[in-house]
Amino acid sequence: MAQATHQSSAATCELSLDNLMLTTEGRAVLSCIQCGTCAGTCPYGEVMDFPPRRIIGMLRAGLLEEVYTSDSLLSCVACYSCKAKCPRHIDLTGVLLPLVKEQVLTHRPEMPSELQKALENMHRYGNPMGESPRKRANWVKTAGVPVRVFSEDWRPADVLWIVECYTSYYPRGQDNTRATAKIFQALGVDFAILGNEEKCAGECGRLSWESGLFSTLMEYNMGVFAKYKFNRIVTSEPHAYDAFKHRYPAIGFNYQLEHTTPFLARHLGRLKPLLRKKLGYTVTYHDSCCLGRHNSFYEEPRALLGAIPGIKLVEMTHNRINTLCCGGGGGGMWLDTYYKTKGYERLSEKRVKEAAATGADVLAISCPYEVFRFEDAVKVLGYEKKMVVRDIVELLAEAMEV
Amino acid sequence: MNILVVLKMVPDVVEELEIAADGKALDAALLRMILNERDNHALEAALLLKEKHGGKVTVLGLEAPEMDDMLFTALAKGVDRAVKVTGMEPGLSTRAAAACLAAVIQQAGMWPADLVLTGVQAIDDLDGLAAPLLAQRLGAPYAGIVTRIEPNSTGTAATVVKEYPSGVHGEFEITLPAVLGIQAAEKPPRYVPVAKVRAAMKSQKIENVAAPAAEAGPVLVEVLRLEKPQPTTHAEMLEGSPEDLAGKLCEILAGRGLL
Amino acid sequence: MKGNLWVLAEQWRGQLSEITFELMALGRELAEQLGVPFEAVLFGHNAKELAGQLGVADKVLYVDHALLKEPSPETYAQALEQLVKAKQPGAVLVPLTNVMMDVAALAPARLGAAFVNWCKGALVSEGKLQASAVLYGGKIEALVRVEAEPAVLGILPGVRPAEKGRKEKAVPVEEAGVTLETPRVRLNKYVEPEAGDVDITQQEVLVSVGRGIQTQNNIELAQELAEALGGAVSGSRPVIDQGWLPQSRQVGKSGASVKPKLYLALGISGAPEHVEGMKNAALIVAINTDPHAPIFNVAHYGAAMDMFDLLPRLTEEIKKRQVSRVT
Repeated sequence: MAQATHQSSAATCELSLDNLMLTTEGRAVLSCIQCGTCAGTCPYGEVMDFPPRRIIGMLRAGLLEEVYTSDSLLSCVACYSCKAKCPRHIDLTGVLLPLVKEQVLTHRPEMPSELQKALENMHRYGNPMGESPRKRANWVKTAGVPVRVFSEDWRPADVLWIVECYTSYYPRGQDNTRATAKIFQALGVDFAILGNEEKCAGECGRLSWESGLFSTLMEYNMGVFAKYKFNRIVTSEPHAYDAFKHRYPAIGFNYQLEHTTPFLARHLGRLKPLLRKKLGYTVTYHDSCCLGRHNSFYEEPRALLGAIPGIKLVEMTHNRINTLCCGGGGGGMWLDTYYKTKGYERLSEKRVKEAAATGADVLAISCPYEVFRFEDAVKVLGYEKKMVVRDIVELLAEAMEV
Repeated sequence: MNILVVLKMVPDVVEELEIAADGKALDAALLRMILNERDNHALEAALLLKEKHGGKVTVLGLEAPEMDDMLFTALAKGVDRAVKVTGMEPGLSTRAAAACLAAVIQQAGMWPADLVLTGVQAIDDLDGLAAPLLAQRLGAPYAGIVTRIEPNSTGTAATVVKEYPSGVHGEFEITLPAVLGIQAAEKPPRYVPVAKVRAAMKSQKIENVAAPAAEAGPVLVEVLRLEKPQPTTHAEMLEGSPEDLAGKLCEILAGRGLL
Repeated sequence: MKGNLWVLAEQWRGQLSEITFELMALGRELAEQLGVPFEAVLFGHNAKELAGQLGVADKVLYVDHALLKEPSPETYAQALEQLVKAKQPGAVLVPLTNVMMDVAALAPARLGAAFVNWCKGALVSEGKLQASAVLYGGKIEALVRVEAEPAVLGILPGVRPAEKGRKEKAVPVEEAGVTLETPRVRLNKYVEPEAGDVDITQQEVLVSVGRGIQTQNNIELAQELAEALGGAVSGSRPVIDQGWLPQSRQVGKSGASVKPKLYLALGISGAPEHVEGMKNAALIVAINTDPHAPIFNVAHYGAAMDMFDLLPRLTEEIKKRQVSRVT
């Protein structure tokens, strides 16, 4: 089974479609055997005029211009399915597709306005919603536990906790953040946050077309990290995890890094006695694309869920490496209107139907995008009485009665 | 076509606006500036005209925080020349700014142009609107709330569409050169990747032009103070869970015979 | 202030608009406080009979000219400029609407006169006019004092109730003449909006969506609620700009002015340009996650909650009650 461990040594920003032969990643792209597994496994494979296989075919035939002006790439949600299944282990999602998408951004006469706005907001405000940077840490007031902000108290901390955008600004995202803060507190984690100095890690901007934006955010974030002393970075956001792990090393990122799920799983010994309340839920866990398929953290979330008393775990048909994307990556979070005009089925609805079919009453997730996308799908499908969506940390906090 | 676009930076209202200690201006320390949204449409309208009819687009703006970024962004989008006016008094009102800009336009070889485009209004326009003031000083005709521009084949006049209430539009004929106050371009303002703007910063230049001496004149409108509006009425706020609220609202609607 | 107080009437397509009478009410008050005559200025062509509606004034100055038949920036500003130079009023109140905004700003530019934009109120203090101007999208008000005559004040809708400015009364009409140059700006024609869609001005119930609706998909939820209530969906400018609703559904300054029995504002912040179009609805209910959203200052009832939590339940509850009513 293709393992998704991945170390990118080349500065991806310098890679270009014209010089693929000059880098390891580029040469890997050119070693494609045109088997079509990528197209077959792509969630939007039926509607994509140019899945990775055809893109590489067009590249070899010198016809890439045609790909640039098509809207095919707008259907790529950066789910890593193609990369995970490629028999040649080509990093299609991380290397080839962003390069092509960037050209599409400049060649297409018009881009969907929602996506454009999200990119502009990321650049200007450090978050895709266009909220004021000064409000990013407002959630701290409602956390219920003390949360240290580095700019106010710059003593060293063990953990720099990168909260990220949706979890900072949106009420439902803040549920996740508050739960995480309480769990950290209960475990005695010595942590601090960047507060209003935090800006988006930029992964979705990068995967959706904008390497310049990504570079700007990456440089900014590295600058902020350098100001403070900490032993490790823990982030609530799998996309941020990806950015830090696979892209930021190109400009020197070498901090110890974990996503909250594996971090908490590592502390299960101390966490388990605190899980007092019995939750009589039947839970099905949705493996996220970044945390799961791309970085192989399959068992850690299940270990956490299994440790909660009273929980019964059931698996969906597509689990672990075969998980079905919620549709939020690669800019998909801001392309729902576009997909609707094209008449595509929303991936989140597809997944929620599969979750409901297991008979579970809780759909557990570990990526902040999913709570929005799946709750939306639950409403649209009329499943409110059948199933709720909960982040793992929310379930843990509920069991800990914090 | 020779098109001049005038840009202005205004306070970004995504941030909270606070009033300075003297009560007569905004607290500059907390201000973040953003390009006037209507000016962004004016820029887009100019670029669309250039794409359709050929010619040159020049952007012009008074020095302000982040104005350089906006001028480079305009260059990255395809304008031919970017001019920044420096050395003015800070905090010029719309009227004073228009006087300064008009003088620069005439003295720095930007006039005559075929069209001067700028946003029909900006959120800080207290003592005038830039477009009519510029039109008056340049001796050009003016039309505002423009959503479409179609030059005639000889470039001596243009048909412009003006927005009226209830979705009605007015078609006007205006002789060129003219000054237009833009409400919206025919397409939403285009996106330009950050990488392109950064490239423009490396490879292109902004021309700096010194502001002429400010005109002397009496104060026509004196700002006494700024304040945050105190609402005189407020809605009765309903509390409770969504279920509670659905029930309460239905009661209210039923009481008004709406159910 | 020594000169007379004037109101420039908004005459559009043969009718005096509502805002004209709002300004007439304000003008009357200010003139009395200043102790100066109050005159209404009317431009048009064969429109003299409209002057009879301006009875609140002491006199109507009527200028008849073919080029003044419909408001046009240059000709109207030119005519006003000439009248002002000839008669030296103290101040002219001009409506700030899409119809008259150009004139309001161009006339003082031509005259080199004082101009105050976005006035939501005016008063007299120590013999001088002061005005309250709305800036920064409604977030800040500036109190200013007019230091020179003549001055032009751009007045926002809603400054006084229109009824207070109406009086059908025989009022002296002075016909004034102007010399208008060949206009460089000429109105060719008006273009009506596309017909065939719902006329939101005729709806009794409007479920109106703003930016808070987030995506075009979600408008379905508003549509279901509207149907349950026997109404229609409308929207604020951002929703129309995105293309999620046709222009015919726009409420506000550039859209329609509506007075339904129920106006349900979902995820609408309440910017002045929108409020202008719906503030006279009989019952306004606003739902917005931001408890400080300006919409709550104009709504009768409000709830600071996520509309997506409320909408399905509300629709369900309404349908339940309708069923039980039928049975």
